[in-house]
Amino acid sequence: MGLLARAPAMALAELWAGFGAEPGFSWLRPPETGAVMVRGRMGGTGAAFNLGEMTVTRCVLKLDEGGAVGHACVQGRDRDKARRAALIDALMQTGRAEDCRSKVLGPLAARMEEAGRARAARAAATKVEFFTMVRGED
Amino acid sequence: MQMQALTGGFTDTPREAAIAFRAMLEAMARPGRIFDIAGATPPMPLSIAAGTALLVLADGTTPVHLAGAHDAPGVRDWITFHTGAPLAARGEAALAVGDWAGLLPLDAYRIGVPEYPDRSATLIVEMAALTSSGARLTGPGIETEHRLSLPEIAAFRTNRALFPLGIDFFFTADARIAALPRTTHVEEG
Amino acid sequence: MYVAVKGGERAIENAHAWLAEERRGDPSVAELSVAQIREQLALAVNRVMAEGSLYDPDLAALAIKQARGDLIEAIFLIRAYRTTLPRLGTSVPVDTGAMACDRRISATFKDAPGGQVLGPTFDYTHRLLDFMLAAEGKMTPAPQAEPRDEPMPRITGFLNRDGLIEEEAPSDETPPDLTREPLEFPANRALRLQALTRGDEGFVLGMAYSTQRGYGRNHPFVGELRVGTVSVEMEIPELGFAVAIGEIALTECETVNQFKGSKTEPAQFTRGYGLAFGHSERKAISMALVDRALRWEELGEDNAGVPAQDAEFVLSHADNIQASGFLEHIKLPHYVDFQSELELVRRIRAGAAADPVRGAAE
Repeated sequence: MGLLARAPAMALAELWAGFGAEPGFSWLRPPETGAVMVRGRMGGTGAAFNLGEMTVTRCVLKLDEGGAVGHACVQGRDRDKARRAALIDALMQTGRAEDCRSKVLGPLAARMEEAGRARAARAAATKVEFFTMVRGED
Repeated sequence: MQMQALTGGFTDTPREAAIAFRAMLEAMARPGRIFDIAGATPPMPLSIAAGTALLVLADGTTPVHLAGAHDAPGVRDWITFHTGAPLAARGEAALAVGDWAGLLPLDAYRIGVPEYPDRSATLIVEMAALTSSGARLTGPGIETEHRLSLPEIAAFRTNRALFPLGIDFFFTADARIAALPRTTHVEEG
Repeated sequence: MYVAVKGGERAIENAHAWLAEERRGDPSVAELSVAQIREQLALAVNRVMAEGSLYDPDLAALAIKQARGDLIEAIFLIRAYRTTLPRLGTSVPVDTGAMACDRRISATFKDAPGGQVLGPTFDYTHRLLDFMLAAEGKMTPAPQAEPRDEPMPRITGFLNRDGLIEEEAPSDETPPDLTREPLEFPANRALRLQALTRGDEGFVLGMAYSTQRGYGRNHPFVGELRVGTVSVEMEIPELGFAVAIGEIALTECETVNQFKGSKTEPAQFTRGYGLAFGHSERKAISMALVDRALRWEELGEDNAGVPAQDAEFVLSHADNIQASGFLEHIKLPHYVDFQSELELVRRIRAGAAADPVRGAAE
């Protein structure tokens, strides 16, 4: 669920399209966009305080075949993304889990890891390497 | 969480919630009159009316107290899933649901403070039936008088005496709802 | 005497139509897309998210476009929009220690583990206009290096180990939320931090600067400044456990401040804390300075009577939507109020003309 929540909507849509026809389902909670209050901690480790909200879309559905229930709670306002995430969550409890992992979740994780690595590599290139010019004693 | 907890919410939330809210608003504005209210199909022993009222009123900021037989796992899960409301003891509750015997004693609920009389509890009292007979109601929102089958008289007189503080009540049976705000005078019928 | 009037609907409609035209500007110039604003004016987007108090880069970019680049107007749009959203829950407090840092610097320890990572900063630019950008020059890709998967521990953690800095006691007490309950004084630190992080950047900067110039000096060092992304997790009631619901960019600043000690505390360093949505360094540092200044009472310091120590003054005036709402309302019709003032002045003058001695004494 966490991976799907963070995934760029475009990438998920693309991989999902490659997965085949969408399975039939019914809503237990149709997609709903709202806000989640994000909390931080004083000094990073202390008492909690309210930082501000973020938009989130959530939904719950049930697959027609087998009745597996899928939940999604994803960042942003994209209802399609929430639906796809919930369908994948439900499919992961069925016989198609392996298929789902290899065709959608695996490639998605790889793409996101690559994007993260690309940023980390740029950050690493801006790390300061100090060298000593003079060591004074007076 | 059981499947039953995930079903029985509104199917067309904005529309159904608005209609149900309107019914509750009317009920509060016209104490003692009985209105139809529906939309939810909650687990037993919650009535359709009480379940719908909870969907309308409860959210993450309204602690709900489940009294007596209503404090059942199915009801708890259903409220958690559909409203996100935290479950609470009587003293912290913004909303309380149960039958009359289960909800008592009333002095355990919040009645507000003089600066914020609204920081009080609203009780949803589940009844076997609701009829326009029994206790005589007068006061704001009632042209002459109304009758309502209240579970007793004394408790509502005591509550009225606390005004502007006090508790507000909804009474529910099946798919019907009536209200008794703290402003209403209650007498033997 | 006054005459009540109504009207102006047509004038208002036409004004809005012209506003839309002016927003578009010269139609021979290509129109800005929301995605362009989001990607290329990212720091404006960050400010609108921080002060609008809603993390959603697409919405913030749309607000900037609609507001013709007036950021306070854009923040107003975001604040208005967020009131329409149901509150679905509250996150687990974010762990900034686990931040994927684009930037992380310390002004106190040169050789901090994890190092000084500059990230995409303006700090060492010469502030010379780059006319290459006007010519739409091509971009050279940024160099990359092998990322080292080393931890970036908190700088204040080192001082904490030796007891040289005040302890920040963790607590999971529910903090007050000023978007739900009106601001009340005295305001505890959690409430102050919320007000500061959504406060106007210019105002918070001005307050912070005043402490540096001597109005409540507290000798801050930037112990650590980090910019990057953190995962946001939320407890899902029906699942009964916390899951990641997204990822947000944050800027965090921890200051280390001198403290001489008090009757109950040994001499040690104290802390100021700033945390803001997006890449907003000026805001995070300012917030940390003002946070520290407002802590005078709990640290047993003297009240120097300066503005930055006055929680009521700072918090009541930090919000630019409240401020501009009250300020700008005075340009709306006050015909009747003014009429009564006018009559009062005329009466006083008439009285003074009729009886110069008494009139002057009044």
